[in-house]
Amino acid sequence: MKSSTYTYPDKSGHFGCYGGRYVGETLMSALMDLETAWNEAKNDPAFMGEFRSMLKNYAGRPTPLDFAERLSNHIGGARIYLKREDCAHTGAHKINNVVGQGLLARRMGKRSVIAETGAGQHGVATATIAARFGMSCKVFMGAEDVRRQAPNVLRMRLLGAEVVPVTSGTSTLKDAMNEALRYWVAEVENTFYIIGTVSGPHPYPAMVRDLQRVIGDEARQQMLDQVGRLPDLLVACVGGGSNAMGLFYPFLDDPCAMLGAEAAGEGLNTPHHAASITGGSPGALHGAMTYLLQNDEGQIQEAWSISAGLDYPGVGPEHALLHDLGRVRYDGVTDLEAVEAFKLLCKFEGIIPALESSHALAAAIREAAKRPKDQAILVCVSGRGDKDLDHITAYMKAHNL
Amino acid sequence: MNRIDQTFTSLASANRKALVAYLTAGDPDFDTSLQILQTACASGVDVLELGVPFSDPTCDGPIIQVASDRALKAGMSLSKTIRLAAELRRTVQTPIVLFSYYNPLFKYGLERVAKEISEAGVDGLLVVDLPPEEAGPLTTALTGKEIHLIRLAAPTTKPDRIRMLADGAGGFLYLITRLGVTGTGGLDYADVAKHAAAVKAVCPHPVCLGFGISTGADARALAPVADGLIVGSALVRVIAQAPADSDLPALVAAKIRELREGMDA
Ligand SMILES: Cc1ncc(COP(=O)(O)O)c(C=O)c1O
Repeated sequence: MKSSTYTYPDKSGHFGCYGGRYVGETLMSALMDLETAWNEAKNDPAFMGEFRSMLKNYAGRPTPLDFAERLSNHIGGARIYLKREDCAHTGAHKINNVVGQGLLARRMGKRSVIAETGAGQHGVATATIAARFGMSCKVFMGAEDVRRQAPNVLRMRLLGAEVVPVTSGTSTLKDAMNEALRYWVAEVENTFYIIGTVSGPHPYPAMVRDLQRVIGDEARQQMLDQVGRLPDLLVACVGGGSNAMGLFYPFLDDPCAMLGAEAAGEGLNTPHHAASITGGSPGALHGAMTYLLQNDEGQIQEAWSISAGLDYPGVGPEHALLHDLGRVRYDGVTDLEAVEAFKLLCKFEGIIPALESSHALAAAIREAAKRPKDQAILVCVSGRGDKDLDHITAYMKAHNL
Repeated sequence: MNRIDQTFTSLASANRKALVAYLTAGDPDFDTSLQILQTACASGVDVLELGVPFSDPTCDGPIIQVASDRALKAGMSLSKTIRLAAELRRTVQTPIVLFSYYNPLFKYGLERVAKEISEAGVDGLLVVDLPPEEAGPLTTALTGKEIHLIRLAAPTTKPDRIRMLADGAGGFLYLITRLGVTGTGGLDYADVAKHAAAVKAVCPHPVCLGFGISTGADARALAPVADGLIVGSALVRVIAQAPADSDLPALVAAKIRELREGMDA
């Protein structure tokens, strides 16, 4: 049972000194309305019942907990268990959050939804739910990501969404979010903004965490049922941090270590990475105080990762707090390490993971090698890798892998 | 007395409205920007809003986004913006409001910002993405300085909150005229007038209107309903659209005179 020691965010939406609401005044009343609507909905058994029922019958939950036996034997250390979010409808954990926010949008009477997307998984999930609910849908996506994630662009269009390529700034996820915020300010009265991760202004970080905690709730029970014990270590990749918060949150009061894998790109000692916590400093972006990649004068720096879903210069504010509290350790995983982990999972388990998830797998493999065989590591396979095949093939060719 | 308060007091006694001009600091480069600002102040601007360029200006439309990019590419930063304000202050008595996103200020250090802008002769600070709920640390840093923290109200702001914003405002209240980001056009004069009247009724400070005001006709229509008008994108666009080798200060001054004539008509 959850003890009362960890009660973040506070009433004003802060996780310690992080989080809050750093937005233009025009959005303040929409955020207050959203907070009220969410507080009512999450305490309404009918709403939560519908949410659970859609997760089961539409999204295909619960997702499996799967012992990666051959991979574990190959590494020769701790046993690795996979939480298989790649098995969820649309191929990633993103659907959990979107089902919840979609239901909330409908409850609030909104007829159109918008989203930002990096890898395209959140965009696909949003387009999916918009089709299911008969809502109009616009997805903002960096022009660079439109190129890197072509299959997902096609999926979104098939699902009836309008994909808006964003060419401002660095043409990646941060710029997509800038553009989504600008659009929302203009259309705030009729539009619901479905943010795809545990970032943004309050109440998004807490709401998305509460919608994603199903990952950890299921995994915790599955570990007890299937393995008879809790894991020694939890591992998840951290872009904005939603699959990681979803996995970690239900375990916060348990004696389990936690590791967040950030994208170290070409290395933390190069300017080409996306590790906001391990390589950044506190600041305010996209509505929240958190860790950011920025220069000495507060200009946001370009993030870099092979994985479009991790290619973001910020991180959800709750991770900033968990880092400062020392409750979760954050570590970098390079492009190359992620690609090697990707290949191992394909080879030993017959699972093609997303490039984002491959960062978590690489960190888990690194840890497993250091730990004895009687330890258990639970890693979140946040999504499947079909979307990444062209990109990864090109990478392997360029690096003679 | 703060220069902003002096300006509004003397405008009110002359029965005139304030023209508040926004320009991005360092656009297109430091030296040209200084000349443009000096000329603007001599051409009918009552309050100058000096924009600190930022990499991620989420409250701004394309015109100011691109200006911010131009300035950053030319090497602009918060520290150089403060230097620009200090140089301008040597020749100009116009009140200067620094217009910024929160992150550059936060990263620089709030105490250091307060000290340096006050020494530079800045009179106000307007932080677009900092609602009063998050403004505690900045307010503390500004304590004892002759600097107003300017607040914004929006068309979506509910009446209770308008009162809260108005009560805590310093200098003047920036009333956003319409939904959306900064840019030109999209104004419904009658709507704006109605909203402005409601806000003026509960605001103990001057109320200035901003977002979308771009022509002499806009200025003529809206000057009567507020204490001042704020023009940004329409001025910045002059810089963006000028052919190479144009006399930028003269072009900006001409646009300012168009607005001024509209307001004084
Ligand atoms: C499969 C997958 N995993 C992880 C992420 C990163 O997001 P988050 O850190 O919010 O889980 C993404 C984002 O696009 C994704 O598609």
